[in-house]
Amino acid sequence: MSHPAQRRWYPLAFAVAALVLLPLSVLLLSWGEIDREIWSHLWQTQMPRLIGNTITLVLGVGVGVTLIGVSLAWLTSLCEFPGRRWLDWALMLPFAIPAYVLAFVFVGLLDFSGPLQTLLREWFGSGLRMPRVRSTGGVIIVLVLVFYPYVYLLARNAFLAQGKGLMEAARVLGQSPWQAFWRVALPMARPAIGAGLALAIMETLADFGAVSVFNFDTFTTAIYKTWYGFYSLTSATQLASVLLLAVMLVLYGERRARGAVRPSNERQRGAALYHLKGGKAFAASAWCGLVFTCAFVVPMLQLLSWFWQRGRFDLDERYTALILHTLYLGSIAAVLTVCVALMLAFARRMTPTRLMNSTVGLANLGYALPGSMLAVAIMLAFSYLDREMVIPLSNWLGGSGKPILLGSLGALLLAYLIRFMAVAYGPLENSLARIRPSLPEASRSLGVGGVGLFFRVYLPLLVPGALSAALLVFVDVLKEMPATLLMRPFGWDTLSVRVFEMTSEGEWARAALPALTLVLVGLLPVVGLIRKSARRYGQ
Amino acid sequence: MQLNKQLFAALSLTAFAGAAQAADEVVVYSARIDELIKPVFDAYTAKTGVPVKFITDKEAPLLARLQAEGENTPADMLITVDAGNLWQAEQQGVLKPLKSSVIDANIPAQYRSSTGSWTGLSLRARTIFYSTERVDPKELSTYEALADKNWEGRLCLRTSKKVYNQSLTATLIETHGAEKTEEIIKGWVNNLATDVFADDTALLQAIDAGQCDVGITNTYYYGRLHKDNPNFKVKPFWPNQADRGVHVNLAGAGVTLNAPHPEAAQKLLEWMTGEEAQGLFAGLNQEYPANPKIEPSAEVQAWGTFKADSIPVEVAGKRQAEAIMLMDRAGWN
Repeated sequence: MSHPAQRRWYPLAFAVAALVLLPLSVLLLSWGEIDREIWSHLWQTQMPRLIGNTITLVLGVGVGVTLIGVSLAWLTSLCEFPGRRWLDWALMLPFAIPAYVLAFVFVGLLDFSGPLQTLLREWFGSGLRMPRVRSTGGVIIVLVLVFYPYVYLLARNAFLAQGKGLMEAARVLGQSPWQAFWRVALPMARPAIGAGLALAIMETLADFGAVSVFNFDTFTTAIYKTWYGFYSLTSATQLASVLLLAVMLVLYGERRARGAVRPSNERQRGAALYHLKGGKAFAASAWCGLVFTCAFVVPMLQLLSWFWQRGRFDLDERYTALILHTLYLGSIAAVLTVCVALMLAFARRMTPTRLMNSTVGLANLGYALPGSMLAVAIMLAFSYLDREMVIPLSNWLGGSGKPILLGSLGALLLAYLIRFMAVAYGPLENSLARIRPSLPEASRSLGVGGVGLFFRVYLPLLVPGALSAALLVFVDVLKEMPATLLMRPFGWDTLSVRVFEMTSEGEWARAALPALTLVLVGLLPVVGLIRKSARRYGQ
Repeated sequence: MQLNKQLFAALSLTAFAGAAQAADEVVVYSARIDELIKPVFDAYTAKTGVPVKFITDKEAPLLARLQAEGENTPADMLITVDAGNLWQAEQQGVLKPLKSSVIDANIPAQYRSSTGSWTGLSLRARTIFYSTERVDPKELSTYEALADKNWEGRLCLRTSKKVYNQSLTATLIETHGAEKTEEIIKGWVNNLATDVFADDTALLQAIDAGQCDVGITNTYYYGRLHKDNPNFKVKPFWPNQADRGVHVNLAGAGVTLNAPHPEAAQKLLEWMTGEEAQGLFAGLNQEYPANPKIEPSAEVQAWGTFKADSIPVEVAGKRQAEAIMLMDRAGWN
């Protein structure tokens, strides 16, 4: 049915999909027995509220990240206003702050016993009534502030890649900036915005850390409650597979709705298209500045203040090892994941069959599950492999007959690969789709094919996408907690492990030191990437 | 062929730096965090030369990993910070029943498993804390009395998803039966001053700040806050002194069923229940040593003495699921 040269991509794609399906099948196998008591209890006392909460949360976060992400991307990529130059990259920085950190910073800062309300009570008396911080609105705001960078980054790249030509054409044709935005820029950026939104929604559905700081019950908290409280890992995995189904629907909807990415000719971006003046310029600066302040400046100041009060007494030589472990895991996982995702993206481009599409889709599902559930599923899968394959093989080879997967660095890296494949795949697929098929065809006709074609034609065009992908994975691995906790080799504590240990004891002030270090380590590549992409677009 | 095999084995070992094990060491899965456990292990290594390796995580993932690894587990010991999870580990059959005259002599029977599968190492009282500004301790008497009308809008609780509250409710069910307990819990929920908290520390700070007047938390959270701020306007109250006593939970440990180093692990565990280790183990976290021969730290003693509930702590595990369902019905989120 397909060309033989195309068929050779199948084994690779199947292998990657199998790796991801291994833990997912652990979830499906859990349906063998059903604990009726737990299910009927959950259904009668919990589910209606939890499902309601979850839907509210997803809608709130979805609308919030789209509004903020798209508006910021539009302003910083096509307009000129005071502060645009640094806001352009500064608005990416909140991506380095993990959701659970922003959550405890906000609650710690703004709740009744926090410094702000205490100060206000001192000024205005104890009768002062403030809005509740630990509320639905509070969770939504926090999650929007941590997840908007997904939409911002992808939308910004899309707006920049559209080039000025189209927008100028729109202007010549008498369109106002608003009309040009609605009729030209937005429809063209829709696939990128959809991809960013899908990532943000998957993160929201899977989030456990931030919602538990607010004690906001969602479907995911019910999964944990079933596991930790009722000790029923089986029922918990069943719930998780229901969640997975919901996520697959979201993803399917997103794929259907967004249509294909159009190839485009990227052009140098010269001066900004719209020079905002007066009130408009002020409003643009104020809006971008407000988001940056809430999402980054305030949390960093609060972390610094806690660090000064408590954290500095914990700072010792152990932090060198923590930082090195964190960097090591993050960078290897980033390189590994980007390479595998790139191969998948190529497989799908070279072999655009229905089978390949579904295989690649499956390989990207790891992101959709709550971290701990996926971690435990991967752990179960690896221990199964150890038991059924590694140990017999090791015995046959005259080895020690000991398990080597679980508890090894390799297994942890594979876990990251499974979890963050989608994060790397999105940007790579997007940049690959922008390359017109005519380009490699022309190269072939000029005698450049195979490996040469990849290195001389594709790679230079893919570098920005690959860097974005590597950055996203790197920062995500830094922030990752449950798989690192469960599968790290002895002695491989990371910064996020330290944050976990402090927050699990409710010691937010002391968690500030590892959290702050984590953010700073994550910021380095963010800044590097932004500078690079800024240069590329000739600013 | 043989060469190829060796090469293959060597390669796979490099990629997955194996879990090769030294002859004399102890490997621990610990739900007690690094800074509250490492000094104890360091002291043991300094004394005996036996290295102790460990990873930390929550109980449920550690238990899942122990179960999944089965007889291939590298872990010799499991440490948890509550009795319910130890009971559960015992039910899942991942712990080895021990006969140790040392442990039996060191730790009272109510703080050990009846099968010898695990033992408590430190006690954590979950008691009532009150605002020194707005509450006269004479108003306080029992956990049950916090359900009375006069506490309406004054009580703070932590989420029912925390195992400490599940254990407390389990012992209430054991004492009063489900019906009466549900009444009490509904009374508590009715008296809440604000949404339940995600952790005990935030709850104590809320009492200090004036958001609520009383709450139920573990003593060591108070110990940390009080140490940082001696003017903290909150004090502990020991309830139910006229009847069963203060609810206690424990941090404890058991040797795993498939421990690669069972003797070494048992020696470590026995040492941890002894005089040398008990003061250190409990003192790190301002807890009460499970070995009654050892006095708690001076700071902890300053909070006063109390009668502890004599109910076997195993009840926390046995009735945990029942307790959660009851709390859900009563609207304790």
